[in-house]
Amino acid sequence: MELLLAVIAGVLYSTGIYLMLRRRLAQLIIGLGLLSNGTNILILSAAGVTRGKPPLITPITTRADQFADPVPQSLILTAIVIGFGVLAFALVLAHRVRRSTGSDDIDTIGPDRV
Amino acid sequence: MLLALPILVPLTTAITLQLLPQHPRLLRRVAFAGAICALASAISMLLQVEAAGIQVLRVGSWPAPYGITLVSDLFSALLVTMVGIIGVAITASSFAGVDPRREALGYHPLIQVLLMGVSGAFLTGDIFNLYVWFEVMLIASFVLMSLYRTRAQLHAAYTYVGLNLLASALLLTAIGLLYGQAGTLNFADLARAWPERGTPALDGALAMLFLTAFGIKAGLFPLFFWLPASYHTPPAAVGALLAGLLTKVGVYAMIRIFTLLFPHPAAGVYTVILVLSATTMIVGLVGAIGQRDFRRVLSFNLVGHIGFTTVGLALWTPAALGGSILYVLHHMLVITTLFLVSGLFLRQRRTTDLRQLGGLYRSQPAVACLAMIPLFSLAGVPPLSGFIAKVAVIGAVLNTDHYVIAAIALATSLLTMLSMARVWEEAFWKPAAANPAQARLSAAIVAPIVWLVCLTLGITVAAGPVYGLSMRAATQLLDANGYVRAVLGEGADAAR
Repeated sequence: MELLLAVIAGVLYSTGIYLMLRRRLAQLIIGLGLLSNGTNILILSAAGVTRGKPPLITPITTRADQFADPVPQSLILTAIVIGFGVLAFALVLAHRVRRSTGSDDIDTIGPDRV
Repeated sequence: MLLALPILVPLTTAITLQLLPQHPRLLRRVAFAGAICALASAISMLLQVEAAGIQVLRVGSWPAPYGITLVSDLFSALLVTMVGIIGVAITASSFAGVDPRREALGYHPLIQVLLMGVSGAFLTGDIFNLYVWFEVMLIASFVLMSLYRTRAQLHAAYTYVGLNLLASALLLTAIGLLYGQAGTLNFADLARAWPERGTPALDGALAMLFLTAFGIKAGLFPLFFWLPASYHTPPAAVGALLAGLLTKVGVYAMIRIFTLLFPHPAAGVYTVILVLSATTMIVGLVGAIGQRDFRRVLSFNLVGHIGFTTVGLALWTPAALGGSILYVLHHMLVITTLFLVSGLFLRQRRTTDLRQLGGLYRSQPAVACLAMIPLFSLAGVPPLSGFIAKVAVIGAVLNTDHYVIAAIALATSLLTMLSMARVWEEAFWKPAAANPAQARLSAAIVAPIVWLVCLTLGITVAAGPVYGLSMRAATQLLDANGYVRAVLGEGADAAR
């Protein structure tokens, strides 16, 4: 399971960074989305995967091997919320760039003088 | 409670500003009053930390490694005070007039949210919380930066957004890996537990991930290209706010994380930081020479001087780190002042292009003399604050026998002198172009500059005490045990 998650995280990172290096804004944003999902999977697998156990301590699950570590899950939850907000902002920005310049190619949007 | 105030006051102000009727004059006054309160709370926190040592607040009374803690040592307290000072200057500058469209789109609350994010990043004692504060601060700066519609501004905005989001993703990656290794997120608990549990192979990778993430935010070579590409486009007050605060948060986070988590000065990563600091000085200040726009000159100077603020971390001696801290304080004040001065140029001549400026000394001798102080302070002319900070840094570098680094620092100081002298010559002394459009300068646009210049002069007058405070802050930073004991209680020790 860890191996599979590690491979998925690696694939998401590499495709994310590849897309961020492209010239179009839409690809930049998709790349950012993939990158943040890759990070979430990495947090999950780096902290150790526990299968089929809740991240809760109840009267019957008190030993450490009976519940999953809740911290990485809450970190991922926070990261998803932040990532969602930021991605929404990036989309609006791209939309505005597209509307005011008629293009989403970074080379043609560039500042008129450097 | 005092520790939460520099975060709560801007938050309350931001919410109040949203609820109030949207009259510009009212909003400006409330924002300014909020900034004054934030500064007052920051100063009282600094006094308390100065008198009673490291202060800790356990948010929600959760015990230390489990809940989020706010920690204020001298370094944090000094920086939060600087945030307060800059906040007062920026909110005061809005009295001179803000573009009405911007004001309607939430300019004032966004400034407060940005100030809150920066203070939070300086005060938090939890590494994931640090990431959250980074995001708070970034999203506010994103919106402030992209409230405009010209081509250059949009181009600048997405360069800025893209690079900073990449840095955030790298930071989050590093935090995830660190949690996987150490099982804790609290700075003090990490300092206590991590160096013995960590695997050497991952150590290096984590250090480089943190260095890259914070390096992008701080504007270290070779990760600084987004900065000169974006900081010259927003209005002067926003540029001043971003230039004064955001890169310093990167520097702060780097110093905080590396002093606590990577305590071996022999580790390879410190050599990397040393080389990058020196390269940053050279590239930034050589870059400044070739620029023709005042704000681009400033952006490159901003990058170049970041090298001075990280070199102390690389050398790992109290004197060098103290020098760098003093440099951070001086540089925050001076670069903010200079970006506000660029606002004067915009107000008077509608441009910051040095070729089109000129004759400002003849038309405004008093303002020119005022602007001369930060210009020459940045260049390090005695007895201004830049000179004192440079003496502190370069003296400490010489004491550790890094003569090449000292030579680079001195040579790049000459380059700063050259670029500042050119600004002075082109903008103030050169005869004006035929019939320049002259606008009158209101007191409101000059007052924030006067306030910051007085404080720069204050560093000169009170050089001894400020230098002493920086040195004490550095000693505190290098003594991780003190930090760990303050947060986790007596008996806990950093694994050294």
